[in-house]
Amino acid sequence: MKWFRKPSSAPLWQDEFPAFTADERYVSRRQFTKFLTLTSFGMFAGNLWILLRSMLHRAPAYPQQAVAALDEIAVGDVKIFAYPTADDPCILVRTASDSYVAYSQKCTHLSCAVYYEREQNRLECPCHQGFFSIADGSVLQGPPQRSLPRVALEHRGGQLVAIRMEGEGV
Amino acid sequence: MKKGGLTAIDGAMALIVLLLILQIWLLSATLESFLAGHREAAVPGAIISGILFAACLALYLFVVRIDSEVR
Repeated sequence: MKWFRKPSSAPLWQDEFPAFTADERYVSRRQFTKFLTLTSFGMFAGNLWILLRSMLHRAPAYPQQAVAALDEIAVGDVKIFAYPTADDPCILVRTASDSYVAYSQKCTHLSCAVYYEREQNRLECPCHQGFFSIADGSVLQGPPQRSLPRVALEHRGGQLVAIRMEGEGV
Repeated sequence: MKKGGLTAIDGAMALIVLLLILQIWLLSATLESFLAGHREAAVPGAIISGILFAACLALYLFVVRIDSEVR
């Protein structure tokens, strides 16, 4: 079966409404080009949709939540908490006597729970051996492509308070 | 005249296919960036995609015109 046929001398409407069934199988160059152009419009519409979603996106309002008391955990220890909702597990690590960091516990690869590897001072996802920096949550090694979302913390009256998430995707 | 017209149409089709491949890549890259939380790529992505679509549309109209001329 031929993909294309040579341009006929018949009027256009006769090509579009052939008298013979066999002729319906043919795709003229003009029809194929129209299909490609419509596909191009579909790609453009997709980009417009992304643009629209970007413009309508509003930064979510995060609750302020006390996570732990300042001396509740020892240096090198961790505490698991949920933020900003009960379905979002996070991990708090005390990296030095006056330094705390907290990240989402969901690996950015396939959402396995990451844990703190004290000897290497990094976060590890045991499912596929993904490693994240404890300093900023960036990917050190493994299949994850994106950094761990970070929980911004503030010291308030002897308490560590989570105030927002940073680096979250859509 | 017919032979030259056919060559022009084939050339335009090949160009449309190239533009479309570029547009598909652009959409996937913009979507990936958007889902990762980087919204700054949405505006240039939409503008470039619009230019590529306009180019495809111009080539399609060119094909239609040549097609009707060579018949």
